[in-house]
Amino acid sequence: MTTFLQQLVNGISLGSIYALIALGYTMVYGVLRLINFAHGDVYMLGAYTGYYLSRKLKGSEPSLLGALVVMLGAMLVCAIVGIVIERFAYRPVRRAERLTLLITAIGVSLFIENGAQLVFGPDPKFFPSLAPRADFIVGGVRLTSEQLTVIALSFLLMLLLRFFILKTRTGKAMRAVSFNLDAAKLMGISTDRIIAITFALGSALAAAAGVLIGMQIPKIDPLMGINYGLKAFVAAVLGGIGNVPGAVLGGLLIGASEVMVVGYLSSTYRDAIAFGILILVLLLRPQGILGRAQKEKV
Amino acid sequence: MKSRVLLAVLSAAAALLVPACRRGGGDEILVGEYGSLTGTTATFGQSTHNAITMAFEEINAAGGVLGKKVRVIVEDDQSKPEEAATAVTKLINQNHVVAMLGEVSSSRSLAAAPICQANGVPMISPSSTNPRVTQVGDYIFRVCFIDPFQAEVGARIAWEILKLKRVAILSDVRNDYSVGLQTFFRQTFKGFGGEIVAEQSYSEGDSDFRAQLTQIKSANPEGIYVPGYYTEVGTIARQARELGITVPLIGGDGWDSPRLWEIGGEALNGCHFSNHYSVDDPSPAVQKFVSDYKAKYNQVPDALAALGYDAAKILADAMKRAGSTKGEQVRDALTGTKDFPGVTGTITINKERNAVKPAVVLKIENGKFVYVTTVKPTG
Amino acid sequence: MKSVVKSVVLVGTLLLVNGLFTGGLVPNFSISPYFLQILCLAGINIILAVSLNLINGFTGQFSIGHAGFMAIGAYVSAFLSITVGDRIRAAVSFAPISVQNSALLLMVLAAGAFVAAIAGFLVGVPSLRLRGDYLAIVTLGFGEIIRVFIVNIDAIGGARGLGGMPRLANFFWIYLFAAATVAAVTRIVNSSFGRTLIAIREDEIAAEAMGVNTTRHKVLSFVVSSAMAGVAGGLFAHYLMYLHPNSFTFIKSFEIIIMIVIGGLGSITGSVLGAVLYITLTEGLREFAQYRMVLFSLLLIVIMIVRPQGILGHRELRNLWRRRRVAEPAPPAVSG
Repeated sequence: MTTFLQQLVNGISLGSIYALIALGYTMVYGVLRLINFAHGDVYMLGAYTGYYLSRKLKGSEPSLLGALVVMLGAMLVCAIVGIVIERFAYRPVRRAERLTLLITAIGVSLFIENGAQLVFGPDPKFFPSLAPRADFIVGGVRLTSEQLTVIALSFLLMLLLRFFILKTRTGKAMRAVSFNLDAAKLMGISTDRIIAITFALGSALAAAAGVLIGMQIPKIDPLMGINYGLKAFVAAVLGGIGNVPGAVLGGLLIGASEVMVVGYLSSTYRDAIAFGILILVLLLRPQGILGRAQKEKV
Repeated sequence: MKSRVLLAVLSAAAALLVPACRRGGGDEILVGEYGSLTGTTATFGQSTHNAITMAFEEINAAGGVLGKKVRVIVEDDQSKPEEAATAVTKLINQNHVVAMLGEVSSSRSLAAAPICQANGVPMISPSSTNPRVTQVGDYIFRVCFIDPFQAEVGARIAWEILKLKRVAILSDVRNDYSVGLQTFFRQTFKGFGGEIVAEQSYSEGDSDFRAQLTQIKSANPEGIYVPGYYTEVGTIARQARELGITVPLIGGDGWDSPRLWEIGGEALNGCHFSNHYSVDDPSPAVQKFVSDYKAKYNQVPDALAALGYDAAKILADAMKRAGSTKGEQVRDALTGTKDFPGVTGTITINKERNAVKPAVVLKIENGKFVYVTTVKPTG
Repeated sequence: MKSVVKSVVLVGTLLLVNGLFTGGLVPNFSISPYFLQILCLAGINIILAVSLNLINGFTGQFSIGHAGFMAIGAYVSAFLSITVGDRIRAAVSFAPISVQNSALLLMVLAAGAFVAAIAGFLVGVPSLRLRGDYLAIVTLGFGEIIRVFIVNIDAIGGARGLGGMPRLANFFWIYLFAAATVAAVTRIVNSSFGRTLIAIREDEIAAEAMGVNTTRHKVLSFVVSSAMAGVAGGLFAHYLMYLHPNSFTFIKSFEIIIMIVIGGLGSITGSVLGAVLYITLTEGLREFAQYRMVLFSLLLIVIMIVRPQGILGHRELRNLWRRRRVAEPAPPAVSG
């Protein structure tokens, strides 16, 4: 029984990372109907930014404050990266066919991945210790402080994001744009600005996930965004793309199922799980768990 | 109209890009090297390349081979087997190299070996341990030991040195090196009378092993055999300790990297692994190699570098003994390599074209790889 | 009658060129094996690009899992030629070696194509109910699932790769199939079936409203395309003589996409052009291997922004030289 609980905890902590990344996917898709393939790579950039920032802080004792500074720094940098990507790669093709958008997204993703390999070097780098480590043991189930931080932070950020979208004016504007871009424009909303903010927010969340993963599993490499990004996308779809709590739910579910399959069946099917779930969802309930069915209008 | 012009311009540009032939001059010996300079296992290729470069610089400074300087032409295979095949084809047919050095990964060696064999170009793999590599043909050699032996060493570490009776295995299913090792380990360890209590696997590139480790923990092993690459092993050690697993980990030469400690930290204390050489080996040849490498590259050489160095030196030695650079003669000279004094030990190439060498057992203590003992091959 | 003559001329030319290139024909003349390898890989790419274009370019369905079907064709044909190859040869042992090899090649290619086609059907039926982005992700998913399964089957080498296939494929066979693929797709596209596909691409809902069974058409084109990818895979396996699952990741699928996008979605000549250009640039930029993918991805983005229809758009080669242009569809209207 402890084993099962431990696996559950493992799954939730893995799933929280997926959830954080999925939030970004779901927001951008909600607003632009674009699968931002490059989102996973922004997550990678966040991890690297965190890496370089924490090296600057080297020498000082690992502290909670230091960790916070690194994370906020990475979030800021990646928010800017997100805005730049949107401005230069996606905005020119915003009006084009969906296929063109998708191909552009693939192009941006490949560009960031290979560019990172060039700039940072292809071999993995290892995060230095940031926050002080502590282990929590509850009834035989172990949890590290990093895992706890990840889980807590994902929920916190989700709540903040939900608050932002539902209660603030900008959030309202974002929802308006996601319903109908042109109508929103007609209502006087600066759609370009809103879209930029969406990208910035999503990218900042991905960056936070990157730093958190760096703290939890010290290894980072330029291609780390591919796998995590794809699975986070599946999580977003599972939960209902465009739906914020859905993204978190999807992330947790994917994390848990992955861990269960790896633990009890075989690790080699790990990657296939996420895709298998995706296919099932898209075939049986394409709007996801929490999403609303969308009729296609002619 | 526009597209016609575009078409013409692009075709012309494309035609111009087809690379021209590069032949070696008469006063140079051209040796090909293919390795993973980029891609997922980039550090392996880079280490090997550094060492090979250094080796030939020394050889050339001492007068070269048969009176000529040796030039190494290196091609990157991006850690991909099909690229290895293309790279080797290019080196043989475009650059007309007379011998080939490479690769570290058995998959990539296996992709390239048939091409070298078909063209009669002797190929020496510095570090591929899968037995099938040299089975491709009589032009394919290696200067390292093979998986069955290394796995036996691993089993001895568990059974004789650490006195473990119940061991779990956590191997990399995507890596033929790891798969080969765990197969032979299982056979040998059971043959000693030991028990494999749990078997789990992961894929190269994974970063979360908690699921597998939790399952392993529930089987209560006395040790875990982790025959993978250092990039995953360090993380595995860390996560194992976080989950409350305190038993030692055992591994193979894939652990060897100055960065292993950086990744795994204190989680690795007390862990053992088999390797080709120890940096602390007091023999003058090893110490000279280590200090030369450190001076040149500002890094401590890992086993891959040491093997790359030996491979290069053995090739040069074989050419000298053959008195020629012709394929068949170099091949025959290589087959007759006996007691070559390498940095990774005294190397004799047996009739399966593998190197018969002892392995060292290293223990990790506070960031250092401490020498424990040497295991000699039986037969 | 005319097409029979054309086929004979084609086959004859290919045989001659093959002989020339491999040194059998004119004494002391052969092209460098390295160059020959580039040409052969280009030929395989042509088959992949043209077959993918049938779905992406002409039917307008975005599939990014093509590498999976190539993998199936490759592994099935390789497995067969390793296990039962000798028995097949024994069955035709009365014929000269080259005929034996040809027979073996054709049989394993057919088997690979058949299984790939079945896979195409199994993937297509559920997936093609989806639209746009979702279809893309699902096909990506299927491609990865196929690869994961291959890694897990030990009998075909799994993670260690599969080797030991005889080299049955050469310039002649590769380009014969490339020509056949181009001819087949051209025929399909110019038939009424093909025009229906284009109608589906232009406006699927309108096509449905006109009574077209869109699912049937989409699935059929998917199956044909997968079969061709299977042939490409089989040729790949018997040329390189070594297979590894890492050759069939979604990166490979992306590479094929890059080829058809550069050449022009919806243009068969464009796909051929894109395939050749891609491999030429890849080899030509070998010195700058690290920059290669960076440049390609940048190129992809720039093309999407500046000229999304690629080099040839919807044009074919023969339409270039005649002044008559095939009408390009109007850009989609801004949705209200």
